[in-house]
Amino acid sequence: MTFSPELEAKFAKMIQNYPPGRQKGALIPMLLFAQDEVGSMTPELIDEVSKRLKVNRVEIEEVIGYYTMLTREPRGKHHVQICTNVSCMLTGGEELYQHACKKLGIGNKQKTADGQFSLEEVECLGACSWAPAMMVDYDFHFNVTPEKLDGLIESLKKTQ
Amino acid sequence: MLLNEPHPLEVKVLTRRYKYPQQDPIWLEQYVADEGYDAIRKALTMQPEEIIEEVKKSSLRGRGGAGFPTGLKWSFVDRKSPKPKYIVVNGDEGEPGTCKDRIIMGHEPHRLIEGCLIAGRAIGSNRGWVYIRGEYREYIDIMDRAIQEAYDKGYLGDNVLGSGWAFHLSTHTGAGSYECGEESALLESLEGKRGNPRLKPPFPATSGAFQAPTIVNNVETYSAVPEIILKGGEWFAGLGTPRNGGTRLVCLSGHLNKPGVYEVPLGMNMMTLINEVGGGVWKGRKLKAVIPGGSSSPILRAEECDIPADYDSLAKAGSMLGSGATVVLDETADIVKVLARLMAFYAHESCGWCIPCREGTTWLKKIMARLDEGVGTKRDIDMVDQLAQGMMGRTFCALGDAAAMPAMSYVRKFREEFEAKIQSAQVFMPAPQTQPLVVL
Amino acid sequence: MADPITLTIDGRQVKVPAGTLVIEAAKTVGIEVPSFCYYEGFSLQAACRMCLVEVEKMPKLQPGCTLPAAEGMVVYTESPKVVEARKGMLEFLLSNHPLDCPVCDKGGECELQDMTFRYGAGESRFVEIKHHVDEKQWSPAVYYDAARCILCYRCIRVCDEGLGVGALGLTYRGVAAEITPSHGDHLECDECGWCIDVCPVGALTSGTYRYKSRPWEMSYAGTICTHCSDGCKTTLSVRNGEVIRANNRDRSGVNGEFLCVKGRFGFDFVHSEERLQSPLLRKDGKLEPVSWSEALAAVAARFGEVKARNGKFGILGSTHTTNEENYFLQKFARQGLGTANIDHHRSGDVPALLDALSGKTGKLASSADLYNAKAALVIGSDLAQQHPFLAFQLRANFRHHQAAVYTVTSGTVREEQYAAKSLHCEAGQELASAQSLAEDLKKHGDLVILFGDAVRGQAVSQLVAFGESLGIPVKYVCLVDYANSRGAMDMGLLPDLGPGYHAAPAVGLSRDEMLAAADLDVLWVVGSNPFKTTAPAGTKTFTVVQDLFLTETAQRADVVLPAASAYEKNGTVTNVCGEVQRLKQGPKVMGTKSDLEIFGLLAKELGLNLGIWTADKVFEEIRRTVPGYNVPLPVIATGGAAQTAAVNGGVPSKGKPEYIRSAGDTLFTSGTLGRYSKMLNRVMEAPGQLYKP
Ligand SMILES: Cc1cc2nc3c(=O)[nH]c(=O)nc-3n(C[C@H](O)[C@H](O)[C@H](O)COP(=O)(O)O)c2cc1C
Ligand code: SF4
Ligand code: FES
Repeated sequence: MTFSPELEAKFAKMIQNYPPGRQKGALIPMLLFAQDEVGSMTPELIDEVSKRLKVNRVEIEEVIGYYTMLTREPRGKHHVQICTNVSCMLTGGEELYQHACKKLGIGNKQKTADGQFSLEEVECLGACSWAPAMMVDYDFHFNVTPEKLDGLIESLKKTQ
Repeated sequence: MLLNEPHPLEVKVLTRRYKYPQQDPIWLEQYVADEGYDAIRKALTMQPEEIIEEVKKSSLRGRGGAGFPTGLKWSFVDRKSPKPKYIVVNGDEGEPGTCKDRIIMGHEPHRLIEGCLIAGRAIGSNRGWVYIRGEYREYIDIMDRAIQEAYDKGYLGDNVLGSGWAFHLSTHTGAGSYECGEESALLESLEGKRGNPRLKPPFPATSGAFQAPTIVNNVETYSAVPEIILKGGEWFAGLGTPRNGGTRLVCLSGHLNKPGVYEVPLGMNMMTLINEVGGGVWKGRKLKAVIPGGSSSPILRAEECDIPADYDSLAKAGSMLGSGATVVLDETADIVKVLARLMAFYAHESCGWCIPCREGTTWLKKIMARLDEGVGTKRDIDMVDQLAQGMMGRTFCALGDAAAMPAMSYVRKFREEFEAKIQSAQVFMPAPQTQPLVVL
Repeated sequence: MADPITLTIDGRQVKVPAGTLVIEAAKTVGIEVPSFCYYEGFSLQAACRMCLVEVEKMPKLQPGCTLPAAEGMVVYTESPKVVEARKGMLEFLLSNHPLDCPVCDKGGECELQDMTFRYGAGESRFVEIKHHVDEKQWSPAVYYDAARCILCYRCIRVCDEGLGVGALGLTYRGVAAEITPSHGDHLECDECGWCIDVCPVGALTSGTYRYKSRPWEMSYAGTICTHCSDGCKTTLSVRNGEVIRANNRDRSGVNGEFLCVKGRFGFDFVHSEERLQSPLLRKDGKLEPVSWSEALAAVAARFGEVKARNGKFGILGSTHTTNEENYFLQKFARQGLGTANIDHHRSGDVPALLDALSGKTGKLASSADLYNAKAALVIGSDLAQQHPFLAFQLRANFRHHQAAVYTVTSGTVREEQYAAKSLHCEAGQELASAQSLAEDLKKHGDLVILFGDAVRGQAVSQLVAFGESLGIPVKYVCLVDYANSRGAMDMGLLPDLGPGYHAAPAVGLSRDEMLAAADLDVLWVVGSNPFKTTAPAGTKTFTVVQDLFLTETAQRADVVLPAASAYEKNGTVTNVCGEVQRLKQGPKVMGTKSDLEIFGLLAKELGLNLGIWTADKVFEEIRRTVPGYNVPLPVIATGGAAQTAAVNGGVPSKGKPEYIRSAGDTLFTSGTLGRYSKMLNRVMEAPGQLYKP
């Protein structure tokens, strides 16, 4: 299996970043970047990375289960992540999350029927001073209100 | 949009180049134009011991959580070891309440690179990694671009500024794990493994990344170093209080009029921080409590908050400065709910390696969820305290303590709120009976 | 050894080498610090926190499993603080542990049960719903119940560090953390089942033992595995005469806890429905069941008749029968029947090795030597496949003492993963290739050379000459295949050599020659299946077969006598390193007789006086008469291993080395016995097995 030329170039460079014989260091970045392109941890992806980094399959299994950003189930086209940890909770994060559930009609770690959105209640996103915060894919949104969330989702729907 | 309007009480050292309302990062050209990379030029003329001595004099303490003296940590590395030596930047920023490292990486990436260079010079290292939490893709991209600029202009590479010394730096992404902020778990993650912490000793300074001597410091810690080298350790130390040198980025969040990340000297009074810098408690309400150093730090009641915010004073008050994250709770805040949410967090983030943390955090989460729903008993309140005591100091790494400390302090300091919640509950719940071991 | 230091544990002075872990230091004075994750010989985890102890001047309790003892340290292992913490850990552990002890396989031998019994926390304050996960089957041999798992990581470590397989890992996190097999949902591994045995609770259970029995309902027989020649001690759990499981949890025997798939799961051939349980006699061209007396009478009549007319006997012995049986058989042949035609399937050239070592002593390596030598050279053997325990010893030696292992083979072998140097050569060139390693080998303090059937005859003396030229102490192991291959040779089942490698009165036909001889009057095959590969030339030969199954050979026999397997016998066997160990009868299969008893009854029927045919009497005779076998009786009697000192009386081997060949078994095969083991066949058919035969 091969990845896009940009990603291949990134990987080629990335492997150089670890001491000789310790390419396994690139495992987590490689899995995450590859997942961004492929959508999820498919068996082919696992086999490919295991071959490239000469890592035992079980070592990849160990890692996939551990890191929350890695997933075996493909997520929606847009992955909506809402923080409900302390600072966000104090400023309306929970209400925001409940609102998102209703708006999208799905619950935690679920996907809308059309596959457009998936939702996740996440731990602190490091945006506490601008709470409540959320992320859509890799984009942060700060001081989010239910209205702002609605607008955001509508505009994402339009850009399909 | 992340930069706050500067506050007059701020002392701008790390953030001195920021121009409010600046959006874009300060790229290389702009950085160099304003003394950027002068510190590494100076450091290249110094002996490694001198660099470490300067950092020691600055009383700089780790900004990641534990507040360990940075110069001392650097001096533990055996520079004569035949193994390579490594620099690792902890940019995992996972402690709830904390959002300062992103400011540094997002606005002035070269400051961090320069800090790494100086640290590398001090311990005789030729390579470093900036470990950044996976959610911060934006900052990984910024750091990558800045690192490329630095390579292009000879600040990084096989021959740093023509000195003959090689130093390489790259970013490394996490993928969703609070525990990976714990330095040894971070190193495991850097090596391509689960973020399970390592047995200590040996400490990273002896055997760190790829089993070589390594220093791990927080983004902010490294970022303070260029200023220390340029203006001197004593100057930096003078900004703060004794043994608590310099300024720090404080992340104000919660029920405040003006939450944000501000740079203040160590030892600024907590009430000043809240009422002046943070603009006071929002909606004209009264202060109930403060979480002074990230979610792991024991909570302070409003009346305990009239103290200098530095490592030693907070320790004396039974809490900690931690990662500099200050969460403010107003009089309406539901302490039980906050603790329930935090316990859910720690249960979610426990790596599962050791029994007391794995089982303890889950147990606490479940009891707290019950108490929060009003389906609890007084016995449950005591149990939270007892379970936390059973974890405290007995777990493999400090995550267990990080969960136990808030649990104990919330229950002890706000017992009346826990009891009120039980009494207000309409649900009838018989006191749980002691269960016999074997049920069948 | 590091300088000794003195510390105080629970008020007692303890002197141990500096750096000893507190948990081990405590053991030396009989103080047991409870632990789950600490496992001697494997990497440290400090995960279960059961071993927390109080140390003076240290504010926090310290894990005794990772804390090195230091001079003057004062340790308390039962102080109130420690006891409280320990109870707390148990309470934590039990909070999510299903209390299904009454139906759990481990009930009665569960470390968590025992620990709770000893330290309390029998009452739970936990009223929440427990975290539950369904049980999974990973392979025919291994089941995993994550809910019961306490995450001590023993399984991961024995698999990775112990066996070099690394098929188990840890996935998810927090309370959901669990062990994962190599392929997420199934296990690709050696299927040795060690993970099941080391599991302190009932999280890993065995495909053969699950829900079959309770530990207190069984009796236990510590015997020697009957498959390969490594001679692992395996303890059979027997209920109502049936073997239900095999393991070696008490670490007795040369192998400690190690067993491969055959030792742990390959016992089920014993109760195969294809076992012969009645003698068979050919009547009108068909094999018909008859009584023992009728069968023995028929054999004795024919033997007597052929002997009386000086006819031609051919006798093939077994690599699975006991030393006593082999000894008695050669005596039967040579003294009783007056024939020199006796041999067995030879898989290694031990006589040539002993010949080359004539006049030297202490040159034969014991299995312990493999763990202690500074270096080892493996020539022409896929050790991990053919000699799992020897391979384990070398790996453990590397892991604990950084031993340098060299391999010279015609294909890739697993030892290469950690070998100091590995050479590949064409088959037949092994010796020449090995010689190119001289400079590397000389650097080491001592060396063990292990060689397979690639080196035989003349080549053996060249190899010994090479070894002796290195200028360092060298010991040798001649690799042979089956449980008592070595004993067959030691006891004189050889055409040219009698017991103890002394020249036989006459030189007879070798195995292949017997099969090729058209004029044999009698062919007596004991526990061997030569016709599987070679059709006998004699058409009128009266063939008697003693075996467990109706093998290809038995099918063509005139009389078939149902024999007991090694697990059903008492006696001794000698492993590849020359270590004699005792077999102890576990199960009993109706209708069968031990080969020794068959020999005895036949001798009696023939009116021969060959001595008493009980195992201990024959062993006594062996100790008295066979050079090198005068081993201390108490060692054998108590289930230990005594190394024999086989010597060659300067008799050059005329044993026709060209007939020596290894059976080429793999981890999952074991000649005839393996064919009848359902479990061995099932794991071989499991998807994605590591090794194909
Ligand atoms: C559970 C846990 C999480 C941590 N998370 C972080 C983190 O996100 N960022 C960080 O800089 N330090 C974190 N730390 C602290 C680090 O272990 C380590 O002390 C720090 O990186 C040292 O750098 P410093 O001396 O510059 O503070 C964490 C510690 C623990 C126990
Ligand atoms: S305290 Fe134990 S389970 Fe918790 S994060 Fe540390 S090692 Fe993992
Ligand atoms: S035995 Fe020490 S922590 Fe498990």
